[in-house]
Parts: sequence; structure tokens; C-alpha cells
Amino acid sequence: MVKPNFAKFDTLALHAGQQPDPATGARAVPIYQTTSFVFDDTDHAASLYNLERPGHIYTRLSNPTTAVLEERVAALEGGVGAVATASGMAALFLAVATLMDKGSHIVASGSLYGGSHNLFTYTLPRFGIDTTFVNPRDPQAFKDAIRPETRLVFGETLGNPGIEVMNLPVIARIAHDAGVPLMIDATFTTPYLIRVFEYGVDIAMHSLTKFMGGHGTSIGGVVIDSGRFDWEGSGKFPTLTEPYAGYHGLDFAEEFGTQAFVMRARAEGLKDFGACLSPTNAFYILQGIETLPLRMQKHVSNAETVAAFLASQDEVEWVNYPSLTSHPDYELAQQLLPKGAGSILSFGIKGGRDAGRTFIESVNLASHLANIGDAKTLVIHPGSTTHQQMSATDLAAAGIGEGMIRLSVGIEDSDDIISDLKQALRLSQKG
Amino acid sequence: MELTVNDLMAFAATGGRALNADEPAVIFVHGAGLDRTIWQLQTRNVAHMGRRVYAVDLPGHGRSEGEPLASIGEMADWVIAFMDAAGVDKAKLIGHSMGAFVTLEAAAKYPHRIEKLCLMGVSETMPVHPDLLAAAENNQRLAPELIVYWGLGETAKIGGHPHPGLWIQNASQTLLELSADGVLYNDLSACNVYQGAAEAAGRVKCETLFVLGKDDMMTPARKAGPLIGAISTCSTTIIDDCGHMIMSERPHQVFQALRGFV
Repeated sequence: MVKPNFAKFDTLALHAGQQPDPATGARAVPIYQTTSFVFDDTDHAASLYNLERPGHIYTRLSNPTTAVLEERVAALEGGVGAVATASGMAALFLAVATLMDKGSHIVASGSLYGGSHNLFTYTLPRFGIDTTFVNPRDPQAFKDAIRPETRLVFGETLGNPGIEVMNLPVIARIAHDAGVPLMIDATFTTPYLIRVFEYGVDIAMHSLTKFMGGHGTSIGGVVIDSGRFDWEGSGKFPTLTEPYAGYHGLDFAEEFGTQAFVMRARAEGLKDFGACLSPTNAFYILQGIETLPLRMQKHVSNAETVAAFLASQDEVEWVNYPSLTSHPDYELAQQLLPKGAGSILSFGIKGGRDAGRTFIESVNLASHLANIGDAKTLVIHPGSTTHQQMSATDLAAAGIGEGMIRLSVGIEDSDDIISDLKQALRLSQKG
Repeated sequence: MELTVNDLMAFAATGGRALNADEPAVIFVHGAGLDRTIWQLQTRNVAHMGRRVYAVDLPGHGRSEGEPLASIGEMADWVIAFMDAAGVDKAKLIGHSMGAFVTLEAAAKYPHRIEKLCLMGVSETMPVHPDLLAAAENNQRLAPELIVYWGLGETAKIGGHPHPGLWIQNASQTLLELSADGVLYNDLSACNVYQGAAEAAGRVKCETLFVLGKDDMMTPARKAGPLIGAISTCSTTIIDDCGHMIMSERPHQVFQALRGFV
């Protein structure tokens, strides 16, 4: 039996989307730091503007450096195409705005990044889009929350900061039965740990700022289209299946089929909202992606070591990490994330908020800042920072206790990470 | 747009432009297991050149109703029936792979209806590897994988596509995987048994353009030779660094080739 021999993940992370620069032979991806691109003639210009021919017009719409990043991420995720954005939040808003209008409804996991929670809770309602939050561990709750006007089911592969593992195949079926796509923020896991489209997810997004870029240098986001959702069959997405006056009556599903969503996202959302990625940031993120497989292996092995260490310490009340057998989603994590459950973990320190504050102020190697997925170990107190806009009720619903510490385990020597945590834990109890 | 052909709904993309009966008609016919959207990088451009574009979904493909047609001859007859339903007396036909066989057969059988012919990714015969045929018969994912693996040129498999953000490998595979069970097997079987291309080429009277990929493993360019030799008024464009999925892999070069043709 013959078998195809496509380039594997590690190879795609280095090569996908790029050929050596035809003008100079440059092997690295050149930074095309330009706003605009010269047209061959007026017919060429008109055809580009009218989506008749592929090519670049203006960097707000597309750019050769950014296009390499988009193609590479689409390749790693197994999607038909991708659109890069100025940030992960821009990617989320771009997807929502492409899919729905006022009067629409979203069903979302209640355990989300604070920025996403804020967008759904406070900002989108101003534009007539409401969200119902449900327990990410309760598929039936997703089903029960879906209404006739629901246009999206949304969650994260691993909840933030509760580290719940979302049951993607089950929730995808629920969404599809209702004629609605499932969109997943896969920032915590990256396609190295799980390719979400293989589990029924229709649209994926990443904050590229995190593990994909991996070095804490550049803000960026991306939305990727699986190409598998039947927009026409659903009948709920006129932005994709009815003539669009903005392009002289173009019907995206009719003309572009499996790429309807990603085409409209670029042609309308990126153009009109303007949250494009700078080519220089695209370059920096591409440098990170080249080593994504190597970094993720080290992130995961360090996280497993650190989680085991924390679980054995008297100063620690609990540790939340899906690779620990004590985690409620351990079995699901083994099924969906066989390469590891990422490198974000949360834990509670005896002594509550004061002990937590002392711990954070006592770490030396770990950095106290508002990010995850850096090569360096990071630490934060979600209740007072990333999730501070959430009410006490919402915090409790999201499983965020006052003393919770979120740790993003980096790729330093694990002995050094543990040494730093050990001394900070000791100091946290002397208060 | 929807039409009724042989009592069933037939769907075609028009390049996003209202149809004008005074404009010359151009009909695009897709290959095995695919649909109209494989022409997405050509249809809008040709339509906005002032042409009446119909990128058809053959029966059982894309949005068109019905079972897939079992033979190249039946598909050719269907294209003419589509033209009848659309009120098109004469058209330029552009076909890819199986669609090239279909349009070649239509041009041979109905010479008075075909103004010009463009054949992409075509050879005298299209024998299908038995493993591919078996995988398609069993609706296994291996079948689309093999088609994409053999169908894309080496450059296209790594990427750097001129269409920003498009990952052509998955775009091609997803389109094939979304075809209904049995459709790909039907189409591959029709290609596998069709032996009439050379004879049909001998009967073609209209101007014909061959567009071939230099690195095409599925329909090697050199194997189009007998067809090229049989048509008196033809020209050939061979696109470098290009496999079988010519219109997806090399849209700029296809644009250059089609500009004079349409």
C-alpha cells in the first residue's frame, strides 16, 4: 500500500509558507517593511482590489512577511487558511464580527482569558451580541445554552486560569447539531500539543504573543479556518452565504467554498477594523515558530517536574495541572493531549491572599508580569491582575480563588526553577 | 446560480458578476472529487474581463443535485445540457483533469457548440493507481491524501502561495474530503476506464489550448503529446515548477495563459 510522505510538523514549523526570496535568494524570511505594493498597471490594480487575482495591495490587508506566518500557522494547524492580526484579542473580535450581527448570541466557556471574558461580557453587548457562559466541564450546559440566535460556541483548549480541559469532540458535536461552529482559543496548547481541527473544531485562534512567538518580544494573533463548516447548510450566516454589497454582490461561500470564512475575515474585517499585524512582528513570531517543537517539549517536561514538586510541598494547598492524576480532567488530558498538557499551571498557597502576595514578591528567577508562554518562567496573581475586572461571583465560577497563583513554566533548567519556587514558598509562610 | 438540468438542480459560480447574455460564455469544468471552487482564483478574473462565467458543479458535486455521472461521455452530455438550460449556444470550455476529458469529449461530440477549448492537467489516458482507487472505493482519507501528495508540485507542498494566507495542501485535501461518499471513486473510475481521448482529440475542430504542469506526476506533460498531435489548431503552455493542480498552484501563470484564450 502506497503512503503519502508529506513534510512533518517539525519541518513545516521551519519551512511552511516560504520559498527562498526570489529577488535576493535570502533564506530567512525577509521583513517586507512597506505599507504598499506597486501595481503592474491599472487593470492589475483593479483586479487585486476586486479579489480577482491574488496579491498584495496594502499591508493592512496583507504583506509578504505576514503571509508566510499565516500560511505556516495554517499548515501547522491543518487549516485551509489563516489571517494574522495585531493581537490575539483582535483575532477573536475579527472572527466574531465576521460571523454575526446584532441580535446574535454566543455560548462560551466560563473559564476564559480575562480579556476575552471582558469582550463577551461588557463590550459585545453594546453592539447587540450577548454571551451565555457555561461550565467548560459540562457539555450539557453548552447544549442547554444554545438558542435559535446562537452563532458561535467558544472556549479554550485549556481554561484560563482553571486549566480545565475542554471536551472538544463532544462539544463540537453539540455545536454542529445546532448548526453552529465551534471556535477554540488554542493559545495554551499550540498545534504542537493538539491540532484542534482533528477533534471537530471549525475555527482556531491563537495569541501568537505566547508560546508560538515564545520569546516575549512581539504581540500578535491569528485566526485559522478549518474549511469544514457548512455555512450554506447551516443557513445562519448571511455574511458568508448572501451577496455582499461591499464587493459588488460577492457571495463568499459560492465563490470561495471552503475558504469563505477566512476570505471574508480578510476582505472585510481586516480591511475595515484595521487590526493588522506589523511585518516586523510577523518576522519575530516566525523566528519563534521555527523552534516551537523543541520549546514545547521542554516547556512540558519542565511543567511536569514543577507540578510534581509543588504537589509535594507543605506550603501548597493544591496544584491544578491536567497531567497530575489528581486533576479532574486527567483522563481527558491523556486522550486529547498525549504529548502533554502545556506548561501553565495554577496552585494555591496556604495563607491566602497575603501569602500569595509574599510569594510573588519573593521569586527571583520567575518574572511577575502579565503574560504566559514566554521562554522564561512567569508568575502572576490572576485575581488582582488578568482577571481583576471579573466580579467575585464570576471569579468563583471560573474557579479563581483569592490565593491562586498562575505559573507559566519556562524552559530554564528545571532545578533552577524549583530552587526559586522553593525559597519563595518558604518566605510566603513567614509573614 | 441555480439551473434545472435534466430535472435536477445544477449549481454554478458566476465569478460574482451578473450574467449578461450578450457576453461570450466561458464554462469551467472541475476534476475528480472537486467542485466549482477549485476555479476560485480564475472565475472572478475571467468574469470581470466581460465574460459570462459558469464554473459548474457536476451532478453530485458541490451543490448540484443528483448522483455523480458514471462516464466521461455522460458528463460531456451533461455539460451540453447545462448550456441548453443556461441559454448558451456556444461557449469556450475550460476543463481540468477529469474535467479536461469531459470538455474534450464535448468538443468532439458537439463541435458546433464549442468555440474554443482549454485543457489543463490532461494526458492521453489517466490510469489510476490501484491503491488510490481502492482507498476511494472505501471512502478512506488516504484517497484525498494520495491525490494531494501526487497532485501538488514540490514547491506547492511547502507553500509560499501568492494568495495571502492560503495553505493549498489542506485547501485541496479538505475540498476532496468533503465530497460525498462514493463521488471520488465514481470519478476516478470514470477516468481510469476512459480510453477515448486520442480519438476525441482527432475530431476536435476548434482552437485548443493545453496548459500543463512541468512536474505533474498524475498527468505527466509528455503524455499529453498524442492529444496535442491530434488537434490541428492548438497551442501549449507548460508551467515550470508546477504539479497537477495547476490553477491552484500557479494562478498568475494560468492568468497569463487564459488572458488570450478567453
